[in-house]
Formats: sequence, C-alpha cells, structure tokens
Amino acid sequence: MGIAIGAGIAVLTGIGAGIGIGFATAKSSEAIARQPEAAGQISKNLILGCALAEATAIYGFLIGILLIFMS
Amino acid sequence: MEAIKAELNAQLQSKIAFEIPLFGGIPVPESAVITWAIIVLLTGLAIWLTHGLRKKPGRRQMAAEMLVGFINGFCKDTLGEAHWRTFAPYLGSVGLYLAVANISGLFGVAPPTKDLNVTAGLAVMSAVLIYGAQFRYHGLGGGLKKFGQPVAVVAPLNIMEIGIRPLSLCMRLFGNIFAGFVIMELIKLFVPAIIPIPFSLYFDVFDGMIQAVVFVFLTTLFLSESLE
Repeated sequence: MGIAIGAGIAVLTGIGAGIGIGFATAKSSEAIARQPEAAGQISKNLILGCALAEATAIYGFLIGILLIFMS
Repeated sequence: MEAIKAELNAQLQSKIAFEIPLFGGIPVPESAVITWAIIVLLTGLAIWLTHGLRKKPGRRQMAAEMLVGFINGFCKDTLGEAHWRTFAPYLGSVGLYLAVANISGLFGVAPPTKDLNVTAGLAVMSAVLIYGAQFRYHGLGGGLKKFGQPVAVVAPLNIMEIGIRPLSLCMRLFGNIFAGFVIMELIKLFVPAIIPIPFSLYFDVFDGMIQAVVFVFLTTLFLSESLE
C-alpha cells in the first residue's frame, strides 16, 4: 500500500511537464501567428524545449516503475 | 493485478533469444536479434533504392535523393557548412534505425528501444561523438578550454553534463517507449478489441517518430555546441 502511494506521488511530476509543455506550445503558436516565415526555426526550438521539459515527467515515471516493480 | 505485475516485470527484463555455444555460452538478447532484422531491412532498402543510379532519376532514385537530401539539409542547418559532411552519415543512420525500431511494435515484435541496454548504448555512442568531436576539432588544450566557456564558473556544470547528457538521452528514449508499451498493455487488458487501435497509432507511430527525431535532434544540437 505504502509503495503504491509513493509511486503515485512520484508520477505527480507529470503536472510540471504538462504545464511547461502547455506554456511552450501556447507561446510558439503565438510566435508562429505573428511571424509565419520563422515557423521552421520556432518549431525546432519548440521540439527541443518540449523534450527537455518532458524529461522530468519521464524521470517521475521511471521512479514509479522502479518503486512498484523492483521492490 | 498480480498477474499484470508479473507480466510487466518480465517485460522489463531483457529477454534472451538464444545462446551462442562459444566460451561457455554467450547470451543473445531479443533486442539484438530484432536489431539484426532491422539492419538487414535497412541495408536491403538502401541497396534497392540506390542500384542503377542514372543522371536522369527515375521514381525510385527520386525517393532516395529526397531522403538523403532531407538528412543532409537538416545537418547543414544545424552543424554549419564546414562540418555537416562528416556527421551526416552517422546521424542519418541513427535516425533511420530509431524510426524503424520505434514503430516495430506495430508488427507484433517488442521494440528494441524498450530494452534499456539498447538506449544506453546509443546514448554512450552520442556522448563519444559529442566529446570526441570537441577534442578532435579543438585539440587537447582547446577541447579542455571549451568546458570553461562561456565563463569559467560554469566549468563544474559542463563537466557534470558529460554524465548527465547521455543519461538523459538514454532515459528519455527508454522511458517514452516503455511508458507507451505499459499503457498499451493496460488498455489491451481492459478492452482487448478495436479500442487499442487509435492508441496504438499514437503510442507506436506518432510518439515513436517524435522520439526518434528528438534523439537525433538533441545529439546534433550538443554536437554543434561542442563544434563551434
């Protein structure tokens, strides 16, 4: 029971990644609307930022997996 | 619950396909066998696309030229005119391999990137490429000096990044593919028919492609950082 609660808390890292990627996507959409000719460069940066923001969620998921299946 | 826990626990271990009966048995994991199949597939595709090249390209040659041109253009954009030729073949091969490996879940085999050892190997190769290029093009002194740029205070952070970069590349790829795999298993457990199809399209095709692009893109970006 305690392990399951711990894993649940670990997966809360997803909140941060979700908010971060949401902000990044919103801003990049705004930027593309303002300057459509820079769309390639903007989406490149967006993918990079999303990949880095997403890493925290992945770490939380890994901790959850380790807690549940390895212990 | 216990059954699925045991099932997922078994999936987390790398399965042994067979043993080479040499030196007391060398275990060959399943991911390696699937990787061999991908190598054969990609090599065959490359030979089929490039045999009989002509000045006036046919449809087959057009496809090959588009693919190679796309990879070369991407490398030229990120690495600059001076260095793209050296690194385009490696980055292109890794990208192709990852793209095929991540969508191989569609064909009923376990994707090799679900095995932590495969992604760890790829991440270590990326790290060797990044820091090898740094010392190859700046010399020993210049390469060491690059760790103290842009200001000397960040040198400990830059040195920590030697370990953090491959770790994060490895964990990102493995975590994404394995998370998709676990969620697909759970969905299949609850609804065995029809409902898994759109989810499979998302987790196997879309997410796999994005992760292949992200892996190659991050490697290229770190590489361009250490080359400049």
